[in-house]
Formats: sequence, structure tokens, C-alpha cells
Amino acid sequence: MIAALRDIGVDYSRGPALGPFNLEIAAGEIVALVGPSGCGKSTALRLLAGLEAPTRGEVARAAGRGETAVVFQAPTLAPWLSARANAALPLELAGTARTVAAERADAALARVGLAGAEAARPAHLSGGMAMRVSLARALTTEPKLLLLDEPFAALDEITRRALADDVLRLWADIRPAIVFVTHNVEEAVYMASRVVVMTRGPGRAAGEIAVAGPLPRPPGFRTTEAFRATVETVSQALAQGMAA
Amino acid sequence: MRRLAEWLAPVVLIAALLGAWEFACRALHVPSYFLAPPSAIGASLVADAPGLLKAAWYTVSNALMALLIASLLAQALALTVTLSPILQRAVQPLTVVLQVTPVIAIAPLVNIWAGTDHPGRAIVALATIVAFFPIYSGAVTGLRAVDPDLMRLFDLYGASRLQRLWRLRAPSAVPFVLEGHKVAAGLAIVGAVVAEFVAGSGKVQGLAWRILDAGYRLQTARMFAALFVLGLMGAVLYALLQWTERAGLRWWRGR
Repeated sequence: MIAALRDIGVDYSRGPALGPFNLEIAAGEIVALVGPSGCGKSTALRLLAGLEAPTRGEVARAAGRGETAVVFQAPTLAPWLSARANAALPLELAGTARTVAAERADAALARVGLAGAEAARPAHLSGGMAMRVSLARALTTEPKLLLLDEPFAALDEITRRALADDVLRLWADIRPAIVFVTHNVEEAVYMASRVVVMTRGPGRAAGEIAVAGPLPRPPGFRTTEAFRATVETVSQALAQGMAA
Repeated sequence: MRRLAEWLAPVVLIAALLGAWEFACRALHVPSYFLAPPSAIGASLVADAPGLLKAAWYTVSNALMALLIASLLAQALALTVTLSPILQRAVQPLTVVLQVTPVIAIAPLVNIWAGTDHPGRAIVALATIVAFFPIYSGAVTGLRAVDPDLMRLFDLYGASRLQRLWRLRAPSAVPFVLEGHKVAAGLAIVGAVVAEFVAGSGKVQGLAWRILDAGYRLQTARMFAALFVLGLMGAVLYALLQWTERAGLRWWRGR
């Protein structure tokens, strides 16, 4: 176990937002959280990151500070820093020497296919490239737990698919546990080994579907019968969750 | 062609207005102590050029000194109150009172404090007071206008308070601080001129003094000449600050 939410409840001033909800994340697995808007998916992610405390229940985290990384829906880059300096930020904040941090940032940027763009400022990068820098920044610390909050929501379909494959390839390199939130059922099934479907808010688990098949996905995986069938199962669970 | 037309439009309008002014003065035999025609103002500008330049330098150097002092004080205070919300609450009413009190109302008091032998000090002090607020409020707003997700990221990586201030808040504030300086530069000139008016004649020989002096003598051409230089000076300073703001933002965004 790398992180777990146990009998979690979160209340905001406008009412309950999440729970009761349970989720256990094993080391190295990829879990997708799918659910309608406002069901508390992002809240669950912030709990796992330690950025928020639950109203009820317990958050268990084996991955400590510095071993957890988050990628937000927007690239969230500092516009005044180069791609390299943005990627090096987590290491520099942790006190790593500047030259070492820069070297590791360059390596992370190369891993996400941005070799040569180290000096570029965010304003010069396309949406997809900026998202890759954000991913590189999350990877520099070689996290044990990587949390992705609808990371591709603002991108076009082709870029989304390319980035999904990139994330899986990177996952194969360092094998962090990944939890990612998405609205997109196909994306969830393509990337995850397990899809957790949530009810409308306050979100509870409406179902849990295991996805068979190798990770990273082989070419043509989206066209397989098994993939289509799993997408259908998740869609049905989602529809039931919305009605619940 | 279109660019040329855009450039020419204000020139043509100003030339037409000056022409109408000149024509009206001559046709209606307006006495020159009441309204000097543009030709007389032009002649006065040429004849008075050395004195006007000296006076303009007096005013603008005081305004620039005030801008520099206001910039340092405002940014230092903004950084300090950002570290302590309770201090910001404490300072808030004072800064608002300072901002809403007309500078002309406090000028006589500041004149007394600066001493009648040092009107320059009073001028710099008053111009500093009016230039302070836009920089301060810009800096405070900017220091708080941080992308909340970037803030979460700094939380996640356990950034210290100082790291948050230097590596996140301060750089986020740059566009706001640049904008604040642009506004403050214009206000510093206003402050300097108002202070010169209150200080009156004598040792103060800035543009305001030239306007007052010419006014006492009913030399409207000289008054207009000084006003023209004042307007030009303000416009040049504004353009300079605007250029600095653009260059600063280009550097900040990397383009």
C-alpha cells in the first residue's frame, strides 16, 4: 500500500463534498477516478497529496513529502521561469544544488520529449508542450505517488492520446503509483489497470472495474474487443452512479 | 498607408486647432494678456528656452527622486505586510487615509516641517506621498495574485515562507509593480508641481513657479510656454515608463 483513504468524509461550507469513500492504492498501480462533475474526484486527489485534510476518516500515506507529485489540469508553470527552471523547481525547493537540479530537470525534459526546449519560456510553448514540462517537473523527484488531476482536459484529441502513451511509457521507467482523475471513460480504461467509478456528489464508490491487458498499451489496443467491452462496462457504472 | 493615416490624424487635428486659435485671436483682437496666440507662445518658448529647461529639470529631477524613494518604500512595506497579515490590517487604514487626503491640503504642513530654507525637501516629500500609493497597492495586489495551483505546488514540496515570498509571490507581482510605477510617475510630477505652487516663489524655480510668476505679470504666452513644457515632460516620462513596462513584461514572460 502506498496511500489509502479510509471512511473518508469531506464537508465544505456549502455541504458534504465527498464520502463516505474508501480507496487503497498499491505501489506501482495505475488507478483512474471517474465520476460526474462535482463528485469530489479532485478533492480525493488533494487528500492523497496531503494538500487538504478530511472532515472525517483517515488518510494513510506511505509516500512522504517529496515522494508525491501532482500534475494539475492546467500546466501551472511559472511564466518567468524557463522550462528547465520550472522542471527543477521541486528539487531546488528541497535544497538540491542548482547545477544538480538543472541536470536532473534536463534529463526529465528529455524523457518527455522536450530535449532542446530547456531554455524556452512557457509563453513560447504549445499547450501540449507546457503539459509535458508540467509532467517533467513531477518526474524530477522520481515520485512514488503521481497524482494527475484531469491533466489532458484542455488538450486536443491527438495530443491527449500522445500524452497518455507518454505517461504510460514514463510509468514503465520508474513505476510510480498513479492516480488520475478524468471525465473521459476511454482515457480512463486506456491508461488505468483499475477504474474507480464514483457517484454524483457527495461522491461514493459506485463500482470498481479492473482493466485487463498489458501496460503500456500495445498499438491498436483501443480497437480490441476487450477494450470496447470495458469502456461499455465503465460507462454503464457511471450512468448508474449518476442516477444513484 | 493606414499607419500613416493613424499617425497623421492627431497631428492634423492639433494643427487645425492651433490655426483656429491663432485666427480667432487675430480676428477678434483678443488682448494678449488674456489669451496669447500660438505664435506668441512659440516665440516665448524659443526666447525662454534656457530658463524653461532649467525649470523643467528642477521639477522632473524632484519628481524622479520622489519616484525612486516611493518605489523603495512602497515595495519594502508591501513585502513586509505580505509576511504578516495582521500588520497589513494595521497599515491598511493609514495607507487609505494617505491616499484620499488631497496632496494640496497637506502641502503647507510638509512645507513647515521641511523648513522654509529647504523647499526642495518638501517637494520631494509631497511627490513621494502621492507616488507611494499606486506602487504599494500594485505590489500588495501582485504579491497576493498568485496562481492557487502554483501555491499548492509550493505547499506540496514543503516550500518555506521565504521561498514562497522570493520564488513565487515576488515574481508573480512583477506585472502589477510595473503598472504601479507607470501610474506613480505621472502622479509624482503632479505632486512636485502642487508642492511648488504651495512653496511659492523664492528658492523654488521649477515649472510651477514659472507659471505663477508669469501669471502675476499677466504674461499668458509665458504661462502657456511653461504649461507646454510641463505637458511634454509628463508625456515623455509616461512614454518612458510605458516602454520600461513593456520591456519588463517581455523579459518576465520571455518574449
